[in-house]
Amino acid sequence: MARRFRETLTTKDFIVTAECGPVKGTNTGKMVEHIELLEDKVDGLNVTDNQSAVMRYPSLGTCLLVKEHGGEPILQITCRDRNRLAIQADLLFAYSRGIDNVLCLTGDSVDVGDHKEAKPVFDLDSVQLIHLVQSLNSGKDMVGNELDGGVDYCIGASATPSADPIEPQLIKLQKKIDAGVDFIQTQAVYDMDDLKRFMEYIHRMDGKVKILAGIVPVVGAKMAAYMNENVPGIFVPQYIIDELSQAPKGTGVSKGIEIAARMIRQIKEEKICDGVHIMFIGREERVPDILEAAGILS
Amino acid sequence: MIIAERKRFEEIRSMLAGYKKILVVGCGTCVTICWAGGEKEVGILASQLRLASNKVGDELTILEATVERQCEREMVEEVKDKVQQVEAIVSMACGVGVQTMADMFEGKPVFPALNTTFMGMPEGEGVWTEKCGGCGDCMLYWTGGICPVVRCAKGLLNGPCGGTRRGGKCEIDPEKDCAWVLIYRRLEKQGRLDLMRKYYEPKNYRAVKRPGKVQAMQA
Repeated sequence: MARRFRETLTTKDFIVTAECGPVKGTNTGKMVEHIELLEDKVDGLNVTDNQSAVMRYPSLGTCLLVKEHGGEPILQITCRDRNRLAIQADLLFAYSRGIDNVLCLTGDSVDVGDHKEAKPVFDLDSVQLIHLVQSLNSGKDMVGNELDGGVDYCIGASATPSADPIEPQLIKLQKKIDAGVDFIQTQAVYDMDDLKRFMEYIHRMDGKVKILAGIVPVVGAKMAAYMNENVPGIFVPQYIIDELSQAPKGTGVSKGIEIAARMIRQIKEEKICDGVHIMFIGREERVPDILEAAGILS
Repeated sequence: MIIAERKRFEEIRSMLAGYKKILVVGCGTCVTICWAGGEKEVGILASQLRLASNKVGDELTILEATVERQCEREMVEEVKDKVQQVEAIVSMACGVGVQTMADMFEGKPVFPALNTTFMGMPEGEGVWTEKCGGCGDCMLYWTGGICPVVRCAKGLLNGPCGGTRRGGKCEIDPEKDCAWVLIYRRLEKQGRLDLMRKYYEPKNYRAVKRPGKVQAMQA
């Protein structure tokens, strides 16, 4: 039985979570394989919610699968697809089925997804969503009505350490921390100086919230250049691009794993932050290789 | 003002299929200024319709008119006589003007020739940008006079999303500014950043009860 994530956050020296991307369709077999492979190797499996605004199997349904297979699910909820009634109802249901971790996100714009003509909801923003979960945690819905049976969520939020300009992001992050979050998971970071600078800001804001650095392995120089150009909030430094382009043909994935493992090792050894969140969507089966190379799996 | 764009000609023409006598009515206010449905655009559309019908040998009668404001019944009254001579009306006003015409001349179909897009202002030659969403609960006093409801692609109220691009551009369009970066810069310039640091509650979508109706306040 997996340990409750809230307990892990307060007791473990170095926390590791991994992202689990739901399938587009109903063939859940592969997801279950990934869940079974990872559930005892990481402290939480974080399930995306129609990631990149692409319609998929739901985060909630996948979290139930994680739970059924012995893992510790972290439910991602974005503000893009549901209004305040639907979000609260989903949170009540999830909790009643043993899911007690939630990551509160704004959500990517429908413009970047595969249903571009959909009506974007954004009834709430991510800060308001955190307040909503806090209100449910206190036994009331967001407008103050008593709940017949409450919830007790461990709450997470996201941050973008490489944002430019960073100041407006930090103002919003402070609001998330003030609203009461247990952990913050960052957008992918590559530049350790960016991460260290970000941690200095965090220490000035609050010493208690746990910070998990986002790790997205880059498996080729072209992918790195594409991400720099197209993925907002991500900056892959030139020295990593150079390292990738010097790797022999066909070794991009292992090089990417090696670089990711090196970053994780540095974060852990230098105690830069409290843990990492590994996002290797589409290559979840290689996450154990990263952990092993980082010296986390023995 | 209200900004609109003309529909594609093929769409307008397909709406009018079967009608032989048509009145094209422009509006002299907002849509004249944004080059979509003023007297000049009425002339252009009427000529296009005539040319297209001549090509296929259709006998079309097209009348033209432009009223000062198509959203006011008194001004729309002026085209009453012309309406009597036609089978269908093409309105080149915003959606409000189209509906005013449709209400006043219930016996005749009124077709919109424009797509009404937003409330905005001219940004440069032939360019208009959205500024107001008519949300009924104006918050411009704490956002440095920049509206996040419509100028942020997600209408966020507590700061930028994580998708902001380098240099403070929007996730969905590198040509557009992130409204929250603009708000930050303006409030910083005014020494009022404390306003951005406050938490703002979820928006009250009841501020305008649809369908909206406003009764003038007694002074």
